Amino acid sequence: MLFVRSPRVIFSLNGKRTRTNAHPMKRLLDVLREDCGLTGTKEGCGEGECGACTVLLNGAPVNSCLVPLVHAAGSRVTTIEALGGRHRLQRAFVEHGGAQCGICTPGMIMAAIALGPRPSIEGIRAGLAGNLCRCTGYSSIYRSIADASRRALVRPAQKHAAFERRARRAR
Amino acid sequence: MRSSRGLKAVGRNVLRKDGVEKVSGAARYIDDLSFPNLLHARTIRSTIPSGHVVDIQYHGDTTGFTIVDHRDVPGRNIVALIDDDQPCLAERTIRHFAEPIVLLAHENRERLNAVDVQIAYREATPNFDPAASKTSFKTIAIEKGSLDEGFAAADVVVEGEYRAGHQEQLYIEPNGAIAVPAGGGITLYGSMQCPYYVHRALKVLLGLPDHKVRVIQTETGGGFGGKEEYPSMIAGHAALLALKAGRPVKLVYDRVEDMVATTKRHPAVIHHRTGVTRDGRLTAIDIDALFDGGAYATLSAVVLSRGLIHASGPYRCDHVRIRGRAVMTNTPPNGAFRGFGAPQTQLAAEIHMDRIAGQLGLDPVRVREINALRPGDTTATGQRLGDCSALQVLRAAVERSAFKRRRRALAGTNRGIGLALFFHGSGFTGGGEVALASKASLALTGRGARIFVASTEIGQGTRTMHAQIVADTLGVPYDCVEVNAADTGEVPNSGPTVASRTCMVVGRILQRCAEEMRERLGTLTPGEYLRTHGPLVITKQYEKSSAIAWDDHSYRGDAYGSYGWACDVVEVEVDPDTWQVKPTAFTTVHEIGKAIHPMLASGQIEGGSAQGIGYALFEEVVMRDGRMANCQLTNYIVPTTLDTPAIDVVMLENPYKHGPFGAKGVGEMPIDGPAPAIINALRHMGIDLREIPATPEKIMAASAERTGSGITKSRSARRYTKPSSKTLHALREKP
Amino acid sequence: MLGSISNRQATWFVHKFRRADLLRSADEETLMLGSISNRQLFQPRSLTDALSMLRDEGPLVPMAGCTDLYVALNFGTLDDTRFLNLWPLDSLRRIEMRGDVLSIGALATYTDMRRSPLVQKILPMLVAAAREIGGVQVQNRGTLGGNVANGSPAGDTLPVLAAADVVVVLRSAADMRRVPFSEYYTGYRRSVLGPGELIVAFEFRKLHGRQWFRKVGTRAAQAISKVVMAAVAGDPPRIAVGSVAPTVVRLPSTEAALGRGASIDEARQILLEEIAPIDDARSTAEYRQRVAANLLARFWNDSFITKSRRTRNL
Repeated sequence: MLFVRSPRVIFSLNGKRTRTNAHPMKRLLDVLREDCGLTGTKEGCGEGECGACTVLLNGAPVNSCLVPLVHAAGSRVTTIEALGGRHRLQRAFVEHGGAQCGICTPGMIMAAIALGPRPSIEGIRAGLAGNLCRCTGYSSIYRSIADASRRALVRPAQKHAAFERRARRAR
Repeated sequence: MRSSRGLKAVGRNVLRKDGVEKVSGAARYIDDLSFPNLLHARTIRSTIPSGHVVDIQYHGDTTGFTIVDHRDVPGRNIVALIDDDQPCLAERTIRHFAEPIVLLAHENRERLNAVDVQIAYREATPNFDPAASKTSFKTIAIEKGSLDEGFAAADVVVEGEYRAGHQEQLYIEPNGAIAVPAGGGITLYGSMQCPYYVHRALKVLLGLPDHKVRVIQTETGGGFGGKEEYPSMIAGHAALLALKAGRPVKLVYDRVEDMVATTKRHPAVIHHRTGVTRDGRLTAIDIDALFDGGAYATLSAVVLSRGLIHASGPYRCDHVRIRGRAVMTNTPPNGAFRGFGAPQTQLAAEIHMDRIAGQLGLDPVRVREINALRPGDTTATGQRLGDCSALQVLRAAVERSAFKRRRRALAGTNRGIGLALFFHGSGFTGGGEVALASKASLALTGRGARIFVASTEIGQGTRTMHAQIVADTLGVPYDCVEVNAADTGEVPNSGPTVASRTCMVVGRILQRCAEEMRERLGTLTPGEYLRTHGPLVITKQYEKSSAIAWDDHSYRGDAYGSYGWACDVVEVEVDPDTWQVKPTAFTTVHEIGKAIHPMLASGQIEGGSAQGIGYALFEEVVMRDGRMANCQLTNYIVPTTLDTPAIDVVMLENPYKHGPFGAKGVGEMPIDGPAPAIINALRHMGIDLREIPATPEKIMAASAERTGSGITKSRSARRYTKPSSKTLHALREKP
Repeated sequence: MLGSISNRQATWFVHKFRRADLLRSADEETLMLGSISNRQLFQPRSLTDALSMLRDEGPLVPMAGCTDLYVALNFGTLDDTRFLNLWPLDSLRRIEMRGDVLSIGALATYTDMRRSPLVQKILPMLVAAAREIGGVQVQNRGTLGGNVANGSPAGDTLPVLAAADVVVVLRSAADMRRVPFSEYYTGYRRSVLGPGELIVAFEFRKLHGRQWFRKVGTRAAQAISKVVMAAVAGDPPRIAVGSVAPTVVRLPSTEAALGRGASIDEARQILLEEIAPIDDARSTAEYRQRVAANLLARFWNDSFITKSRRTRNL
């Protein structure tokens, strides 16, 4: 009933049951990066303004810099690493210039996933209002997301062969 | 130059080299790296803006700590750059708040933070007012013709003073470095734009020879100039600790420290006095600019230089005098930021141009058409322009945005439309490129070639764009060109990744490498060549075109090899209740020579324009007693998705003969125009603002001055157009 | 290890420099950064459990969505070491009708409220406020109870609660009490909440009249309010404003004036006497005054759009 220091916290991380002895008040962001070795989630501000640390907690985007580990206990945590580099949003971000310097990109993509299928442009803008990008001016991000949602409906056969090859190499 | 027919990579939106890593989270930024036995570091900084250190005391358990102060510097205690005036660690004198004094390192971050370093000071009186500064870092005068003659020919003289505040680069990845001791020297990993700047700074600081210092750029989460010179400082700190501890040291700033301590765009006050004939022709331009350099020189001299060269805008005038000073104040040093002085001076020039139009009763397009530079005209420094697209971009933007029709339609409403015509020189100013003597190398591989340049990928697409240039020059597929990491142990010094030079200057050197490689290959494939002749590496150095001449003493001549030209048109809506400005339409036309990768080039223009919108409307560094009071993202406001309008980008191509495939620079120019275009749109509504950011508070004050009661009453009552549904929630009645 | 350390001395300024210090003015007392390993977390299984812990082990800092708390912890501006995790207490998350009263649990997030058909129907101005709080990430975590407990005068939901005359339900191990919102705050970030008490719910009675909400922030999204107003066009109207005084304020004189048919210009004057804004890093007192007055006029104009009224108001 009472923790002092660290009992074990168990949660599902990208579909895998994960246990950690990290302090329950450690930021989820730090647990992911330091204890779980998943550095795809980035820190940009430490105050929930920039969204670079966005992960999904039970499917909903949250700023992992503002989530104590204990709030992930028994929950599903999804990070950029879960997508494996081949998600249609990831492809679209490469092909439409949605990623420039790339530091906001993992958080941006995690927030974009939560927009659901076929978001309107207003829906995209409102849904990404918590993610700052300093490189793109956002337009290319909208184009990336719009393209990904089109792809969800039609699956082009070979167009992305080059992408697949590079994605495999990257992994 | 090849024709663009038959090009397989150039001009096409090939997949960016670093795309997959970035979208998958696999790309490693500095804070993602770790090393065995790593120590974490902390910087102890001054908490006064001016004075002397009297005493330093450590409280708490410092056993096992590595502690470094200025006495631990083995070489010269400076951040080597232009003037060697900035210490890497303060010795006695403190010139600004947040000046680094002591460095601590420990493997345990909690213990690191638990130690309390108390520094006692004797305070001195600080000066925060540039106008009152007694120390000039640089004074420059550009003179052309005779002002007396010019003003004598004028019918009207228009005068005004314009101001811009600091701007924070706000790359989303803060500054950081990891230093690893290696064989009596140091290997430095970091987020940076200019590995060889860091390399030189470390050699000087540590007293080490070339080969004992190796600098490797890690994936860099944005720079915008903010990682041009500052990384030399943070790298020095990490290296000093690492050498003393004999262990790797990681020093990564959090957002607050990054905002408080690192460089920003120079605030500037720019005074214009202009003679003009009744029909709108400029006869005399007299400009005086004051740039606040902050506490140390950093890059102020060159920022001022670029600022002044662009200060009279893309306009012809026979009689010009542009004078400027960059001075010291007791605030953290200002430094490089996209645009590098030109956004401040062209803000002034373009607001002034609209005021001239207003005084003469001309429309803003007409006054620019009359005065825009044309081929064969000379700039303020006397540079005779071969190519010049000022009129083309102006006309294209005016037409595309339906400027004249919209201007009439919006008159008298709470909306306005404004434009700005601007230009930007590509590459280093004056003799800078000759002095840099940049090199690039190309090595033949079994499939194609591998690029070795010190130019960094900071989001703008360096790797991709260089590979495209090489691929098409060499005649191999884009995928067969690899790009080496920007590692000073492996790549030659290609100069810094700044000044819109990476494509035009370094790209051209690479193209020359590829041309020679193509010749050497003859009919052989790369694989055949390697088997027959062994390895092939071609290194080339920058070659100045004989047509370019510059005299740094008189500030006369060809300031830049070429210029990009652009025009922005912005429509804004001012909320009559809150004076909040919302840009509702944004059209920009850029002439950039040749877009090597249209999507990347367009990405630069969209992103630079968005930063310009922030500069115009939101981004205000609140300085209190020499310290940034709003050093959090909650209070330093950059545009979000909902603040950024769709940006309609048009790129015109007018190939530059000395650029690769005709390309000129593109990275910086987009930030020069949005602020004056927005201020001019407000002027269209009758709001006389001569200062950015145009916060609602300032617009309220300007509106009150004009009407006595503000736009709320004079406009909203009768001619108020409906505010957008996003900002106003009139909610339905209870059932 | 935690606690107050450096103090200003006579002629020397003694200081250390960390994130916490960067955020404070130089002459404020500085605090040690809290280290994680020193923190104790109390993990209740039920509300009763939580209240006993608060009684027996207090003082404890309650943790809900952490969107304010963790900013303070990350920046080292909070030196508390003992925390009470309320987040798992699902019973505090309910949004339901109890008779003719809408009860919103203290742990209901902004997203919960936006999505709730009950809130949409009964308190559209609360939905509007929730929609403008931070990005989606913050809306998914921030709670109504947290917004009230944090007590920032810029809190976006607070004018809604004030205009709705919400009743704040407080529980302690021994007791439960209902406090009218108008009596909840006693000063800048101070309230009647006792050390052994938790906010558990908010009770709203149905309102008569159109509801209106407007947030004026530093930008279009992810903004802190410079002025935030919620109003109900009842008879008399109810109007509350945030960011213009040490706490959120209702405007009883303005409401009364409008209720008796005063002109909007007259009402604007009265409003100016009822608010006391200040200059800060985000805005100025003058701006806040003028915007608050303009919003009042806008509310009135939006709410009564019959021809005769409109002519009179404008």
